[in-house]
Order: sequence, then structure tokens, then C-alpha cells
Amino acid sequence: MTDGRKLLRRRELLRGAALGSSALVLGGCDAMNENATFRSALRGAERLNQLTHRSLADRATLAPEFALSDISPLFKTNGSLTGTSTEYLAHLQTSFADWRLRIDGMVANPMDIGLDGLRAMPARTQITRHDCVEGWSAIAQWHGTPLRLLLQQAQLSPRAKYIVFHCADNYGARPYYESIDLIDAFHPQTILAWGMNGEALPVKYGAPVRLRVERQLGYKQAKYVMRIEATDDLSKFHGGKGGYWEDVGDYEWYAGI
Amino acid sequence: MEAAPEIAKQVVKRHALSTRIWHWLNALVVAILLMSGLMIFNAHPHLYWGDFGSREDYAWLQIDDTRTTGFIRIGNNSFETTGVLGLSLDAKENVRRVAFPGWATIPTGYDLAAARRWHFAFAWIFALGLTAFMFMSLVNGHIRKDLHVRRAEWSPRALWTDIKNHARLRFGDDNDSSHYNIMQKFSYIGVIFLLFPLLILTGITMSPAMNAAWPWLLDIFGGRQSARSLHFIAAALLTLFVVVHLIMVLLSGPINGIWSMITGRHVTKSKPEIAGDLA
Repeated sequence: MTDGRKLLRRRELLRGAALGSSALVLGGCDAMNENATFRSALRGAERLNQLTHRSLADRATLAPEFALSDISPLFKTNGSLTGTSTEYLAHLQTSFADWRLRIDGMVANPMDIGLDGLRAMPARTQITRHDCVEGWSAIAQWHGTPLRLLLQQAQLSPRAKYIVFHCADNYGARPYYESIDLIDAFHPQTILAWGMNGEALPVKYGAPVRLRVERQLGYKQAKYVMRIEATDDLSKFHGGKGGYWEDVGDYEWYAGI
Repeated sequence: MEAAPEIAKQVVKRHALSTRIWHWLNALVVAILLMSGLMIFNAHPHLYWGDFGSREDYAWLQIDDTRTTGFIRIGNNSFETTGVLGLSLDAKENVRRVAFPGWATIPTGYDLAAARRWHFAFAWIFALGLTAFMFMSLVNGHIRKDLHVRRAEWSPRALWTDIKNHARLRFGDDNDSSHYNIMQKFSYIGVIFLLFPLLILTGITMSPAMNAAWPWLLDIFGGRQSARSLHFIAAALLTLFVVVHLIMVLLSGPINGIWSMITGRHVTKSKPEIAGDLA
């Protein structure tokens, strides 16, 4: 056998070994992926990432804001394109004239506030980037009421830890909802947006109001918000993980990456 | 009968313990990061330049399918890649319309949430491991003694000789294996001090929370979507390095090479002509 042929046979053997071991490794990875202990170990990194982000930035550090010229010509629509509840569809018929946002749960002063009421409050306008967990980004200008003003008006209980956003859209068969902690709830850029790019918030982007929480990913930006509930325990809502995609797709509750 | 000139085998100490531990740990971690990264890419197989980019915008790179064929488009050039990119068969021979096939991703099936968990957990091990390795290599002299490109090695003549040696597949046992050759130094320096830090920094730049904490990262890389493109390009270059690295190991004496990366000891042959000179 010539050296060349020997080398070829050796290469074939090595190739076979490489393919075989890669199949083994992949099978192993899939098995580990299904293993509850391993998954919870990986999940430890989520907490580590949140702690790191919070220690590197002040609680009020702003997400980057952009110029009018940076706005995406077409902002990709995603998730639900309209609210689906009967109540929502009725409000849609009357252009949300009688729509009221409910704020309750662990607050001393539960309240209902309409679109005019929200617009009458001090507003914030910000041009920010929306980042989907899938990897794409789009930039838009948002106009809205800072969440912290609403929570102050409703007199948030000192025992509350999270703010839950109940939405009017069913995605698949389940109602959409999201939640954030109080650091993000009181962040200056966290607003309930009722306007987008100088106009009333269009239905496909979440009318009448949607949440903007600018240091986190797109699935936290709940659309069609109907009710805001303060709580100290996320486990009692729906799947218990604090949000629709957290429950359904096992996505991270803390979506800072 | 005259005795044949004996080829003296000499064992040299080649790799420090910190180098060996990091090498194998990093090999595993990089494989996991590359494969989970490809699954994350599958969630949106388009790349853009600038701050924003979605299906509404022009992508400079796209891996997609026409339902019957898979393709990759780079700028205006499309290449059919049916069976591998865009459209492929899974282990059960089902047609899957994904950018990278299941055999290249972790997990093998489409699962963005799981791939993100793998990627972000192992990214910590990668970054901390790299930092520890750099620190140890500074302390034990690995950078100064082994990776540092000496003045003489920068000369066009030395570079040309090294290129010719590579073209003739003359490295490893034929040469003095107690030190790295010039091309080897360039590639190791490029990966350790350019590619790895670039991967970490462009990765961090994709985090909206880190954009608030360290907005200068966006300025360095020209926006989040540019950072995403650079992250992918750097990962592709790293894959190229791994392929070339493995080929070089195979060509330069795989057993001795792998053994030395495990035990630290490398067997070299002193050349017969030297033995002759001594006689």
C-alpha cells in the first residue's frame, strides 16, 4: 500500500470517527437539554446576567435614544396584530372612547384611567430600539405616560415586588401577559405608550396602550394592556413564570440579553 | 556490521498545565458556543449593518429556502445549498426549513430558548477561562517566550521560508518542535487576542441592558445589527481556524501532538546528520 493510500484510509477512518463522535456529542447535548438538573444549572446564568447588568448600570441608566432620522422606515409587526377579547373588540368599535386602564392589586388606591386621562398626565417621548429575541431590531419614537407616575398615583404598597400587565390578546389559546420588577417599573423610560412616530398608537402595534421597558427584549413590551396589577408573587398568574413566552416557550423572565 | 546512526529521541516540555487545561476546556466550550450560536442564528437567518434591521430591511446575508431549494445570499450573489443550508433533512429524513441543519446545532431541533440558555451560560465559562488563561500566560511567560513574534521572524526572508515550509507540509517532527513557527504564532495570536475578545464584545453589544450600561460598545461596532454581523463573521473565522488547526494536527503527527497537549511532553527527534557530526 502506498503512503498516499494509507493516508487516505487513515483520513476516512478519522472522518468516520469524527462523524460518529459528533453524533454522540449531539445526542448527549439533546439528552442534557432535557435533563431538569442541567436546565436549572443553565438557568443559573440568567440570575447571574441580571445581577451583572444591575451592578454595571444604575437603576435609572437610560437605554440609548436615537435621532428622528434613525427611525426604521417600516417597523416590523410581531406577535398578535390585534386584541382578541370581546371587550377589546367592542372598544375598538368606539375608538377606545370608553376604554379604561385598570390599576389594582397591591395598591392603596385602585384606579381606572382612560386614554384622555393618560394623555393629560406628564408624558415622555423617546426614540428607542426594539430588539426581538430572534435577533432583529427596529427603531421607533414612542409617546407615553411614565409608569412610575401611575404607580405613585395608585399608591403602590411597599410590599409589592412586581408589576403584572394583563393584555387583551390571546396568542394561540392563552392570554398574553408580562411582568417586570420595580427597578424597571420605576425606570424613567418605562412608559405606557399611547403614541408612536407622532401618531396615535396603531392597533397592530398595541393600541390603545403598550408597555415600553427599554432595557429588555421585545417580548416584555406587552401590547393591548388592559389591566396593571401589583403583586409580590408571580407564581399565581397563568403558568407561574411571569409572562406568556416564559410560560409557553421557557424564555427567560429577565430579558436583558 | 556497522550500526545505523541512531535517531535519538528527546522529550521536551512543551505545554504548561494552564495551557493544557484551558485548551481542552475551551475546545468543549467553543464547540458548544458555535453550535448553540447557529441555533440562535436560525431564529432570524438574516444579517444587517447599522442600528436596526428586520425582514422589512435589506439584509447583506440571508440563508433561506424557496420551499424546494435552500440557498445562501451574500449581497447580490445567491448560491444553492439544498441539503445543508436553508433546507435539509433531519435524522428521520423529514424536510426541515432551517438555516443551519440539526447536526450543526444545539439543540438539534428548533428551540431558541434552550439555545440561548446554553449560549449565555457557556459564554461565562468562555470569558472567564480566556481571562484566566491570558493572566497565567502573562505570569508563566507563555506569551513572552512562545507567542511573541521576534524581530528576526518579521523579516520577509523568514516569513517566506515559513510559507515555503508550510507549502511543503514541513512542520512538526521535521522541524524543531520546541517552539511555534511564524504562521502558527500569527494564527494563535489572532485567535486569542483578536477573535476571542471580538466575539465576547460583539456578543455583549447585542444585549439591550448592556447597551444602557456601556453605550460606547454601540459606537465601537456601529450599532447592534452591525455587532450581530461581526459576531457571526468572527464565529465563521473561528470555525475556519478550528478546521485548519485540526488539519495541521493531523499533518504534523497527531498522536504526538495530542499527547503533548494532554501530558505537556512532546517527543522530538534530533536529526541524524547532527549525530553524524558528533561521530
